[in-house]
Amino acid sequence: MSFINLKDKVVQVKIVYYGPGRGGKTTNLEYINRTYRKQILSEMVSLKTHGDRTLFFDFLPFDMGQIKGYHIKIQLYTVPGQVKYNATRKLVLRGVDGIVFVADAMEKQREKNIRSLNQLHENLQSYNESIFKIPLVMQYNKVDLKEHGIPILPIEVLQKDLNSRLQVPYFEASALTGYNVAATLKKIISSTVVSIQKKLL
Amino acid sequence: MNYGIVSQEQLEQIDVMLTEKLIKLGVDCVMIIDMAGNIITARDNGESKYDVYSFAALAAGNFATVDAMAKLVGEQEFSLLFHKGQDSNIHFSKIDDELLLISMFGKDISLGFLRLNVVDAIEKIRKIWNKKQ
Repeated sequence: MSFINLKDKVVQVKIVYYGPGRGGKTTNLEYINRTYRKQILSEMVSLKTHGDRTLFFDFLPFDMGQIKGYHIKIQLYTVPGQVKYNATRKLVLRGVDGIVFVADAMEKQREKNIRSLNQLHENLQSYNESIFKIPLVMQYNKVDLKEHGIPILPIEVLQKDLNSRLQVPYFEASALTGYNVAATLKKIISSTVVSIQKKLL
Repeated sequence: MNYGIVSQEQLEQIDVMLTEKLIKLGVDCVMIIDMAGNIITARDNGESKYDVYSFAALAAGNFATVDAMAKLVGEQEFSLLFHKGQDSNIHFSKIDDELLLISMFGKDISLGFLRLNVVDAIEKIRKIWNKKQ
């Protein structure tokens, strides 16, 4: 749940990047951190293993300016993608306002995407949230690999696997090159802010 | 407890109380955060320059982890969570299922004295919070 401070006129919004391991969640945040450095006042926090895998979460806060006199503070989190870390994944989801599901478009990751999305559904249920109600954006990451001859799932297959029932906005993206990273972020911020406004009215 | 929106008046009362009870005692920085890592309020002595937003995210994660560990060993909770450093210390205290009070303090205050005051502060926070519901 977002926290709204009426005294200081600050709204804190929690957005979580979720998805299978090595899918590019941290890379999304790293790109945002590099590109929007001016708006980001603090350092990105990464809790990772020696092998550079996310252990607990990455955290990146930034200011989005004002809406109707309220400062919007966006807090971006990633979850650890590795299967064994579901307990910590669940902890990060606590109080989430919006989710970006970063799917790995590589053909061999097809099953992992589906499993991860199913687990997101379960994890949200444990907080009495619904995957069908929470602001969600799909990102089909790593589309740049096609140029390197690596088999990529066609967009129709990804849509059918992951988005046929959810019907949420989606983007093909490359977190490494930055392609559609900002577009994904903008979309989830606008959906989330609109959803918070609706809850308040 | 509906902690999503707190009235300006409630927050002001809490801020005054935190300053009176803890900052004047010599605590460097005190904050109330929720379990999602949002800051409800933060007060400091004017000298400490902590990155409170990152701190809140990490503190919520830390507390949640310790809480999960407690459950694994069959405990309801580990009620005392305290980190001791060379010059500064951090004390975590649960206000309720959603909120945490975190105090950062130096070596001039004893842990026992701080805890007594924290217990008192939490009692007062609960009272202020429950007023208008």
